[in-house]
Amino acid sequence: MQKKKCVAMLLAGGQGSRLGVLTQKVAKPAVEFGGKYRIIDFTLSNCYNSGINTVGVLTQYKPLLLNSYIGIGSAWDLDRQNGGVYVLPPFVKEYGGEWYKGTADAICQNINFIDQFEPEYVLVLSGDHIYKMDYSLMLEYHEQKNTEVTIAVIEVPWEEANRFGIMSIDENHQIIEFVEKPQEPKSNLASMGIYIFSWPVLRKYLQEDERNIQSTHDFGKDIIPKLLREKHELFAYPFIGYWKDVGTIESFWEANMDLLSDQSTLQLHDPAWRIYSVNPTCPPHYLAATAKVKNSLLGEGCMVLGEVENSVIFPDVYIGMGAKIRNSIVMTGVRIEDNVRLDKAIIGRNAVLHSNTVVAAPAKEDKQDIVVVMADIVIPPNSKIQESSIV
Amino acid sequence: MEMMGIINLSESDDYLGNLTDERPFAAVPFAGRYRMIDFTLSNMVNSGVTNVGIFIQHKYRSLMDHLRSGKEWDLARKRGGLFFLPPAYSRFPLQIHRGDVDNFYTNLDYISKSPQKYILVSGANILTNLDYREALAAHQGKKADITILYANIQNPKQDCRGSYILETDHEERINNLVEYAGQESSQKMCIEMFIMDKKMLLQLVNNCIAYGDYDFIKHCIIKNCNKLKIYGYCHQGYVARIASLQSYFQHSMSLLKPEIWKELFFKSGLIYTKVKDEPPAKYTHRAEVTNSLVASGCHIAGKVENSILFRGVKVQEGAWIKNSIIMQKGEIGSQVILENVICDKDVHISDGKHLKGEENYPLVIKKGWVI
Repeated sequence: MQKKKCVAMLLAGGQGSRLGVLTQKVAKPAVEFGGKYRIIDFTLSNCYNSGINTVGVLTQYKPLLLNSYIGIGSAWDLDRQNGGVYVLPPFVKEYGGEWYKGTADAICQNINFIDQFEPEYVLVLSGDHIYKMDYSLMLEYHEQKNTEVTIAVIEVPWEEANRFGIMSIDENHQIIEFVEKPQEPKSNLASMGIYIFSWPVLRKYLQEDERNIQSTHDFGKDIIPKLLREKHELFAYPFIGYWKDVGTIESFWEANMDLLSDQSTLQLHDPAWRIYSVNPTCPPHYLAATAKVKNSLLGEGCMVLGEVENSVIFPDVYIGMGAKIRNSIVMTGVRIEDNVRLDKAIIGRNAVLHSNTVVAAPAKEDKQDIVVVMADIVIPPNSKIQESSIV
Repeated sequence: MEMMGIINLSESDDYLGNLTDERPFAAVPFAGRYRMIDFTLSNMVNSGVTNVGIFIQHKYRSLMDHLRSGKEWDLARKRGGLFFLPPAYSRFPLQIHRGDVDNFYTNLDYISKSPQKYILVSGANILTNLDYREALAAHQGKKADITILYANIQNPKQDCRGSYILETDHEERINNLVEYAGQESSQKMCIEMFIMDKKMLLQLVNNCIAYGDYDFIKHCIIKNCNKLKIYGYCHQGYVARIASLQSYFQHSMSLLKPEIWKELFFKSGLIYTKVKDEPPAKYTHRAEVTNSLVASGCHIAGKVENSILFRGVKVQEGAWIKNSIIMQKGEIGSQVILENVICDKDVHISDGKHLKGEENYPLVIKKGWVI
């Protein structure tokens, strides 16, 4: 195997249980996003655009769709003779096997995979964030600081800081303290879950962690605190730009809506930093004479006869005459018949909404809940749906 | 599949004016994201044909860039797949290229070494969605020597110019093919797709070369009408033959009818093309788009009606585009008015310009121009 300077390990095994019915059939990284993509496209495209061409994808929860979606990685130009993308599910060994018990354990069980490339560095990524980032700059920073561990951090609003792993740093960006979800945060620099380790150090700590029966085998909870306790120099790499953890229905909906604003720091239309994905085979979409589409994203193959406003519509969706779609996300292959009304709704793949159906939660003061309609469901005519379907 | 395909691009391609200045006919963009050849190629693939040779003749850089390994059509294969068959080489210095039989003759090795029993020879100027398996079954059922696919054209004035018309008996046996001579009644137009036994093709080509003949349709087919059992196979459904700039424009616009859009893109299989990884099309608050086809990567802030926008087109606020075709990466400035205009790729219309063609004579802006 050809030697590689840096190998990326992409954690894609999480269930994402807070996404409810959206992750009922697929792992969180495979959830559809942004009118065309799946969440993992962002991380894989970042790898390709940063010149990292060896990526191990660690899968565990409902991996069928994710595995077939990634395939041999050709959509991200990661089908290579040397390196490329590798899907790494848990496996059976001589003395039995086990599931990945945590993020660190998932990588520990694949030490042999990493070793074969003899890398100097390992880049640990998670497959459930929406962002565009040049990892090669972070790697340069890591080399320049001549450090063993670099953690990417981003400033978050103070009031949300208690949801993240928070770093305190000194003037040289060296990390002094790391606290997971602090009650009283001392800083607003959140860990993005992106780490660069010098491989010999990580290798040693993974093996020690594996032997520790008290450990939860997690990077944020075990590996990083232990490195700090043992007085290693860890550096923070401040990232400026759009970054969103789409872990909840609300943040998923918000991240989709962020794409509609021209002022948003996340622009999909960026020839220098394309987001690659498996492209649908669909003709251009058709807008009929009665169609009205404002402030929306619209995928290929759609046929629109009704009205669409502030919404993200995936490919191959039919929107009938008189239908009114507002502030909603409609996934691939959905059929929306005449006079259906959607407001702040997420409609799962291939669902069929028969005519005159209304999907919207009752408006409470200035807040309205999001209604999620699960994939593949058929809703009879004249239905009124006010809350998310239950798994 | 026991049939291989040949896409014969040796036909003249100067009748599309500026659109074919720098590209062969087969690479002319069509329908918002495709090139002409995508339709024939996808039909072949969807019918199970996995060994396709393409006779390229001239200006083929853009065609090769479009097709590359054939991966998007699932034709990057270890066995069979896509073959580019370069132009006929001359055996004597300065011998001119006389006709497409030369191309067959030059590539006789490829054809005879392919393992398939039957061969399908097709052009690339017909837009349709069809399943060749049905035509092959008809060919076998009739024990024909050659089967010629045709379509009943109700409005021959527009589509048949320069095409061949079949003269058949009541059993669909073809007695003769004649060039279209301006009739107004419905015509059986040859859609330049031929199915025959590969051995038959090899024999026809060798005979032609021996007699110094060079035109595939005239000399291989028409000359043998009386000697061979040649049958017609009627292809029902939407057929568009691109024979002039006018018919290019009109057939493009006919895609704005949903029933034609559905039939051409979804009927018996999907149409594949080179992917561009463009994001979904974005409409701003000011966008007003009606009765139009819009491809991915577009950013629309203006008014668009009865038009086709290819991938990555930008329309600024205040622009008004009607009955027009804007090809890939076109940029239309604010307060621009376009009517009956075809903008080739990478055209930039600066703010405030008004350009107008006529319905039967669209104004074509050449690739890469800034106006």
